Amino acid sequence: MINSSLKTLSQMLAKKEVSSVELTQAFLNRIDTFNPDINAYIALDQDKTLAQAKAADVRIAAGSAAPLTGIPIAQKDIFCANGWKTTCGSKMLANFVAPYDAHVISQFDAAGAVNLGKTNMDEFAMGSSNETSYFGGVKNPWDFTRVPGGSSGGSAAAVAARMCAAATGTDTGGSIRQPASLCGFTGLKPTYGVVSRYGMIAFASSLDQAGPMAKSAEDCALMMNVMAGFDERDSTSLQRDKEDYTRDLNKSLNGLRVGLPKEFFAEGLDASVAKVIEAAIAEYKKLGAEIVEISLPNTGLSIPVYYVLAPAEASSNLSRYDGVRYGHRTESYTDLMDMYCKTRAEGFGAEVKRRVLIGTYVLSAGYYDAYYLKAQQIRRLIAQDFVEAFKKCDVIMGPAAPSTAFKAGEKVDDPVAMYLQDIYTISTNLAGLPGMSVPAGFSASDDDKALPVGLQIIGNYFDEARMLNVAHQYQQVTDWHTRMPELQLPQGTK
Amino acid sequence: MEWEVVIGLETHTQLQTKTKIFSGASTAFGAEPNTQACEVSIALPGVLPVLNKEAVNCAIKFGLAVNAEIAPRSVFARKNYFYPDLPKGYQISQYELPVVGKGAVTIQVPAVGKNPAYEKVINITRAHLEEDAGKSVHGAVEGMSGIDLNRAGTPLLEIVTEPDMRSAAEAVAYAKKLHELVQWIGICDGNMQEGSFRCDVNVSVRHKGSDKLGTRREIKNLNSFKFMQQAIEFETRWQIETLEDGGTIQQATVLFNPDTGETRAMRSKEEANDYRYFPDPDLLPLEITDADKDRVRVQMPELPEAMKSRFESEYGLTGYDAATLTASREVANYFVATANAGADAKPAANWVMGAISAKLNAEEKAIAESPVTAEQLANLIKRITDNTISNNAAKQVFEAMWAGEGEVDAIIEAKGLKQVSDSGAIEAIIDEVLAANAAMVEEFKAGKEKAFNALVGQAMKASKGKANPAQVNEMLKKKLGA
Repeated sequence: MINSSLKTLSQMLAKKEVSSVELTQAFLNRIDTFNPDINAYIALDQDKTLAQAKAADVRIAAGSAAPLTGIPIAQKDIFCANGWKTTCGSKMLANFVAPYDAHVISQFDAAGAVNLGKTNMDEFAMGSSNETSYFGGVKNPWDFTRVPGGSSGGSAAAVAARMCAAATGTDTGGSIRQPASLCGFTGLKPTYGVVSRYGMIAFASSLDQAGPMAKSAEDCALMMNVMAGFDERDSTSLQRDKEDYTRDLNKSLNGLRVGLPKEFFAEGLDASVAKVIEAAIAEYKKLGAEIVEISLPNTGLSIPVYYVLAPAEASSNLSRYDGVRYGHRTESYTDLMDMYCKTRAEGFGAEVKRRVLIGTYVLSAGYYDAYYLKAQQIRRLIAQDFVEAFKKCDVIMGPAAPSTAFKAGEKVDDPVAMYLQDIYTISTNLAGLPGMSVPAGFSASDDDKALPVGLQIIGNYFDEARMLNVAHQYQQVTDWHTRMPELQLPQGTK
Repeated sequence: MEWEVVIGLETHTQLQTKTKIFSGASTAFGAEPNTQACEVSIALPGVLPVLNKEAVNCAIKFGLAVNAEIAPRSVFARKNYFYPDLPKGYQISQYELPVVGKGAVTIQVPAVGKNPAYEKVINITRAHLEEDAGKSVHGAVEGMSGIDLNRAGTPLLEIVTEPDMRSAAEAVAYAKKLHELVQWIGICDGNMQEGSFRCDVNVSVRHKGSDKLGTRREIKNLNSFKFMQQAIEFETRWQIETLEDGGTIQQATVLFNPDTGETRAMRSKEEANDYRYFPDPDLLPLEITDADKDRVRVQMPELPEAMKSRFESEYGLTGYDAATLTASREVANYFVATANAGADAKPAANWVMGAISAKLNAEEKAIAESPVTAEQLANLIKRITDNTISNNAAKQVFEAMWAGEGEVDAIIEAKGLKQVSDSGAIEAIIDEVLAANAAMVEEFKAGKEKAFNALVGQAMKASKGKANPAQVNEMLKKKLGA
């Protein structure tokens, strides 16, 4: 049951083969067993969760169930959920209980989904390994010595370890797709503006976008049907007609033009990852796709541009954590300035401080033009690269991450090496384009562990339905997405 | 060497919208602290701003009223600084691309001593939309400061002028004109006590004839015209004395102390914050089309300038009178109501600018609170024009009406103020006066013009002021063969 698709679970619920309470309890039991080791969840509230499951059962009995009614979902702890501790992985908000619901949360509530709990994440979504979380790292279910990726590491591990039916994540520079690649499941970052950011704690406002993290493309499509849609409370939310993201799943890929950017297969890409991606491309040829070589010449600039713009926005977004109204406040202080300094010194971790400092620097008088403005100009060039590329192809494919999951602690002291994890994902955030990562196989590590590799699919603006179709057709002829790690029961468990 | 003062103003006008500029929280003044602070006002994690369209309409109205360029595309920017009453740690404002660009207002500078009144054009540099901060509350809790975020997010339009003013009188005239204008077009309630209209005044001095600006100091948060006048006068003297004593002026922010009448530096601008402005990624650029402007234009009342010209052509008023009457929308409306009720325009204008205005000033009342209505004033004027009462008698009737003693005709009746226009009765009085003042008659005949006026005075006195003065004049002339 825990490995079933959302569609199957929904049918089982409808046929009363299982109740939402039973299904939810099954996942809660699994969380009880594995979460103490994996640390995917940082807030659990069984009473609240089971109350939602009971309500879902009532709704199902009344015959007014929606597709996700009664399905237990894990929520990244970046979304404010009324009455839930909402920490964003930071000491600053360690005791913050949100008094309102994020748009994404209320969408799932309205759909009748069950909130299983809040998942671990890099502090304020800043990181690619989940190691910057105040609540400790998350173990990759495929190999507990390795990281799950980040920043949505908790949701990633929860999906991979089947501690939820599906999860939400957010992606500012790759935070859905890189962990999806490292943990072996399907994750989608929609076009910027498709999912409302209201109630999603801001890291870099012009790049942040929420999306689904699930076992398959079909599951992602069902999640998107709940998450996407215009919200007047987010001025950057796009006013578009509601769409059914499952509508094109079964279309043939015959004649699909797949663009392969040469810059994605150059130096820096792990050879074993390249091999898996090439095999996936071969599979697409069999499905009728046509391969086109393309170029995204400014790819190399995406990381430097990102590490100007994202910290700039973050430095401002994080100013509200000042100890005045909510969140952490230092215990003793002499005056206002002392209170600010100590509160922020204590409340933020090293990576957050690094980015606040970078952001403050690049926005300062005298540096603004050379850094912030220049970066904005290059951002437009990067977006233009994609416009040119999409004249030649329908989707772009490549790796989602340059390597498989790395060892915990391996890159914590080398920020630049960590930042390079997002080399293939960041440019789509800068352009506002949708991207996804789809399980494409495994690669053996030095210590002979089979580690998942994700294929990235980048689509044109609002082309999520087509991307999901492209991924779904691949998942009809491969079974990588159904593989799950063999988890060792902790010692002492029966 | 003669000195010249150079003044520019930055005015924060609180816009009259029901809700805040970026959220649905109420903007009403005076509520219990933090009862009008929604999750956006207190900047909870995850909240986002949504622009209030009504605030944009207010900005468009202002732009139209001062003939300004209204930007087809303007941008909201974040002004970053830490302060306890600034919940997000940044203020959403407009920086490089404001909604309203260059415009102008014409001010009337009143006469002072020998210097006559004059008109002057003051150029507006820009006006931009921004949100207000909250308030720090000291002393409510022993040893602690409180924060009230009711005001946080209230919409403001900051209106900036060129350094075009050359005296405290011009600055005050501009401030008064602007104060009236924003109320006229209905975008601000003008309440200075509650902080709806706050002025920052930039003052510098230079030698007359120099085209270089001196170093300026900014007098912050002036909330009365009287204080503005005093503050500018003190600051100007202080700067001139400092320079004449060989000192230099440091750019600074200063505060005015009404108790001492002095300005004092608050902080030096060199230590000022670097606000790290950048476009707010949570808000799209504000786009205003010609259609948007047209939609707002039709909601606009007739503007003071247009009304002034109309008063000149329609009522034959002088430019000065028309300008004085249109200095306030309420006054202008009162005048129009008086004229519409049948009074001749010129005496109506004189009464409104004269007796009514003097009474209101003395009693510190607004024209809306005038005990004499426009209709009552029109009836009074009609009785003067139809020769029922003299101007002098009219003054008595006016006083009585002001005191609430009733309607015009009843008061004339009760006080017996009806003018005597019966030529027989007047002739009898004149004959009496001429007989009793033979010496004066002689003087007049000997060429003393003054004696004639004295005889008129005697005749008016004899009639107890009721004789029609014009008739007295005419008949006396005839009798004296003049």
